[in-house]
Amino acid sequence: MKKDENVKLTAAQLAIGGLVEAGTGEAFHTGSWRSDRPVWNKDKCINCLTCWISCPDSAIKTAQDEKKGTVVVGIDYDHCKGCGICARECPPKVAALHMEAEKK
Amino acid sequence: MANLKELSKNPEKVTGGHRLCAGCGAGIVIRQAMIAAGNTPVVTVSATGCMEVSTTIYPFSAWKNSFFHSAFENAAATASGIESAYKSLNKQGKIKEDFRFITFGGDGGTYDIGLQSLSGAMERGHRMLYICYNNEAYMNTGIQRSSATPKGADTTTAPAGKVKQGKEQNKKDLTQLMAAHNIPYVAQSYMGNWNDFITKVQKALATDGPSFINILTPCRLGWNYKPEETMNIGRLAMETCLWPSYEIENGVYTINAFPKEKKPVTEFLKPQGRFKHLFKPENAPILEAIQKEVDLRWEILQRRAELGKEKKPA
Amino acid sequence: MIKPVYSKGKLAAKTGNEVMAEAMRQIEPDVVAAYPITPATEIVQIFSQFVADGKVKTEFVAVESEHSAMSATLAASAAGARAMTGTSSQGLCLMWEMLNIAAGLRLPVVMAEVNRAISAPLNIHGDQSDAMGARDTGWIQIYSENSQEAYDNMIQAVKIAEKAKLPAMVTTDGFIISHCMEVVETYPDEDVKKFIGEYKPERYLLDTKRPFTMGSIELQDYYFEHRWQLAQAMRDAKKIAVDVAADFAKTFGRQYDLYEKYKLDDAEIAIVVIGSTAGTAKVVVDELREKGVKAGLLKVRVFRPFPAQDIAKDLAKVKALAVLDRADSCSGTFAPLYSDIASALFANGITSAKVVNYVYGLGGREIAPNHIAEVYDTLGKIAAGTQKPSTDVNYINVRIK
Repeated sequence: MKKDENVKLTAAQLAIGGLVEAGTGEAFHTGSWRSDRPVWNKDKCINCLTCWISCPDSAIKTAQDEKKGTVVVGIDYDHCKGCGICARECPPKVAALHMEAEKK
Repeated sequence: MANLKELSKNPEKVTGGHRLCAGCGAGIVIRQAMIAAGNTPVVTVSATGCMEVSTTIYPFSAWKNSFFHSAFENAAATASGIESAYKSLNKQGKIKEDFRFITFGGDGGTYDIGLQSLSGAMERGHRMLYICYNNEAYMNTGIQRSSATPKGADTTTAPAGKVKQGKEQNKKDLTQLMAAHNIPYVAQSYMGNWNDFITKVQKALATDGPSFINILTPCRLGWNYKPEETMNIGRLAMETCLWPSYEIENGVYTINAFPKEKKPVTEFLKPQGRFKHLFKPENAPILEAIQKEVDLRWEILQRRAELGKEKKPA
Repeated sequence: MIKPVYSKGKLAAKTGNEVMAEAMRQIEPDVVAAYPITPATEIVQIFSQFVADGKVKTEFVAVESEHSAMSATLAASAAGARAMTGTSSQGLCLMWEMLNIAAGLRLPVVMAEVNRAISAPLNIHGDQSDAMGARDTGWIQIYSENSQEAYDNMIQAVKIAEKAKLPAMVTTDGFIISHCMEVVETYPDEDVKKFIGEYKPERYLLDTKRPFTMGSIELQDYYFEHRWQLAQAMRDAKKIAVDVAADFAKTFGRQYDLYEKYKLDDAEIAIVVIGSTAGTAKVVVDELREKGVKAGLLKVRVFRPFPAQDIAKDLAKVKALAVLDRADSCSGTFAPLYSDIASALFANGITSAKVVNYVYGLGGREIAPNHIAEVYDTLGKIAAGTQKPSTDVNYINVRIK
């Protein structure tokens, strides 16, 4: 259920007690909040995962690589709010992430 | 000691799309805590607060596991009920999984309005981990002072003005108060060191009894700093010894992180708008008083840890 | 004196508190979280002994306050447990926030509530101000006239609550019922257990296969729909309570309805009352009937949901009616039961009866047959047109001037 679909169920349709199914939050996109966007450089990235563990919005996308284990594969721009923590926490010697102004 | 490559295989239990501020420390706390829990079935309980409202705006929930909230001052009592239901149903063979219970509260819900409920639950010995994401003021209602607000901080109910310079009292030492319950595991952690926090969460979850972690959680809005600095401000709290990382296991103290060199508290205070007024020349005595208090507390903690070294089994 | 009605029933002398604890033992909830308070303390104590003696499988949580008692009880219910608690007076006041939440989250917890006056001044004796203060929290409220009813109501409440998905409180009048020894017929454990059945919630927090969030924030776009659901659930609960009473009568032989009519059908003057005072009033009705006075009584058992339509119909022929409230409202106008009776009559177009309001018995103040006889006497005069009905609250047995 996406907010923009503007689905408004009736009392007869809604689950009682205000019960919400788990994990539905993903359908809400906070990407539009950004004024700056993190840009990830695959070639510089050493997959230390510091950005992944530091992100408040679960917005660092990872995948499993046979040799390297978990690797970073990009940014989830649907949810990234552009706080800049990932770029700030990326080890300075690696500098695989930097912030750019969001194009409006 | 946790390992990111291993941790990254754990399921992500908090989704994006929640409505916490960009750079919010609380978002990092809940995510890391749930990653630490790994595949263990968890029911999460929360006090009313920023984190609770932002992650559960109907009809959305950022929680992939079961999450329950009832009110502000009763998170620990609420978790007590769930844990007791589990004990009962588990004994009867109706629930077979090995559940854990994690309760979150801000400093409002933990230090102040929820203190009685927390104290009761800890004394009764419910097996739950209570995590206070302590951002040192009532942020959900708009940055009002709490008993966790440090001396000198500018908040909306203890503002800096012409005759007052923010909060006039020192903060309450809740970690010590929890330690006085003689529960098996009490810890303080800080933002900017995922390993410190995650290791503590895992230890706490392995503890057969109640456990409590107090993590200093920068709030970019209430502390008034640039959002990307959340981790760095957290580290400065540790490096100035203003918020040491330590744990108390069955009464024995261990300091978990020592700064390379102890920085002056002004390094922690300076980047934050809430302390801006303290840097006026006439407020120098307040800065001195804050430094003195930090030095005293750090000294006491080190002595407790010294005693701990003697008492610790080899 | 209670007459046995169930073939396998057992008669024993018990206080109201003992019999409520006995009902709880037989219901054997998964979790009980409670905090002691006079005059409900015994319920918790007796039940703790059952736990200590291994007579129940219940997890007993000796919480540090009534606020935590209700918090833990409703959370246990959300987790999938059958959960109960008990309290009184200030305890119920402290729970007030959580009462609303238990109802809003649609959790069928059941509470033994011993009616007691509320502070200030501090008073430990019986009146119904506590439960009346919680009358619009979304809780089913079942009041008892005596210990037998308290016992039967507790058993029925579990079933009603779980079907309606609403919390329910069963009340007794403090000391008058809670501490008085009466002969009560109890039923065998297995028959009570069979009657209430096993609790199988559709959704519960400990279900790893279908996790969910409960207690989320709802803004202008959804909150109203859920509050409507709650109000509607209460409306629907009337039929549930009637059905459960019918099942109960079929199983155990004791008849209950949402309210009880006592010599009401041809009554010209009548009293509406809740709780133990109904017993006293029945004696007065009998005396008046012997004298040829057409006096009657209506005792409200299920106050929430309020059976407005049915009550209005049954009061349609009464010429003068007194509503006796064991709680005041401090609203500047009438007390709670009167307000509901008056609006029930008005909404159903019944304007024939002159209706007056009496507040009585606050803080355990005595209400004797002569007080009630005086009310009937006044009603007689109102019905005959020789006395004007008072348009303000009347007080029984209080020194005013």
